[in-house]
Amino acid sequence: MKLTKASLFGLIAVLELANAPKQQISTTDIADKYGISTHHLAKVMRNLVHHGLAQAVRGVGGGYTFTGNLKRTTLLDVIQIFENLESVLDMPNHFVTEGGPIIAELQSITTEIDNLTKVVLETITLETALKSAMRRSLPVGGDAAKP
Amino acid sequence: MSDSIIIRDARESDFEAVIRIDEEISIDYLGTVVDKKAYWREIFDYYVLREKDKRLFLVAELDNEVAGFIVGEARAWEFGSPLCGWVFAVEVSSRKRTRSVGQRLFTEMCSRLSRIGVSTIRTMVDIENKVTLSFYRSQGMRTGRNIELEMPI
Repeated sequence: MKLTKASLFGLIAVLELANAPKQQISTTDIADKYGISTHHLAKVMRNLVHHGLAQAVRGVGGGYTFTGNLKRTTLLDVIQIFENLESVLDMPNHFVTEGGPIIAELQSITTEIDNLTKVVLETITLETALKSAMRRSLPVGGDAAKP
Repeated sequence: MSDSIIIRDARESDFEAVIRIDEEISIDYLGTVVDKKAYWREIFDYYVLREKDKRLFLVAELDNEVAGFIVGEARAWEFGSPLCGWVFAVEVSSRKRTRSVGQRLFTEMCSRLSRIGVSTIRTMVDIENKVTLSFYRSQGMRTGRNIELEMPI
């Protein structure tokens, strides 16, 4: 699976905001931290605001705050703002019909993969993703190794 | 959360409480009660009444009643896998959710299995059961090495 840049930036932004819910964070802060385009991120932020996951705070020290539900919002919720995850078989000639059963089988396989991908992303909340990320930042042999 | 949750081994007298919780959940998900008494009777006989060094049936008590339960076992060479822990069920009464009952049950199960030499814990969940999948993920579980396959016959 290859996420679009918009989805990836959206996930990064939402997780950064959700990780500091009382802080206002600017697009520049996030863009600098991850080495990504401020211009592209700004567009992504507008989408996040439109979907109720962030709120813009104007003025000096302004930026964005998280307004979503940490325990309910999933990674799939964020990704689906920017793209749908349906695989499409990119056949060069859509008018050829003789290969029907083979194409149907390939489509069925890609649908199976899509469904698994969606279930994984739909069952990871922002809270779970942040918790897992925090475990990664713990020293080896610390609590990170415990279930 | 300051709730006083007690995790202990299940007893024969917990049977009715387990049935009640399972029926509650059945209504939540299916809108109807599915009669699984015979199934739970077998599970109780195997996990609660027999010797249980590697079989665990734990219940959580909260507000002086059984609020949830978890069933698991250490097994070696199931599906070709070396010794590992399998969790077959974790259920929490819908009236006692969001009070960390499931988390306490799961943590205790991991701890008990770890003490008998288990280093990996596994489970299987219906692909549509997003609540349970999310719960296990929140506890740190991820897609494992085994893929479940099936076909109608």
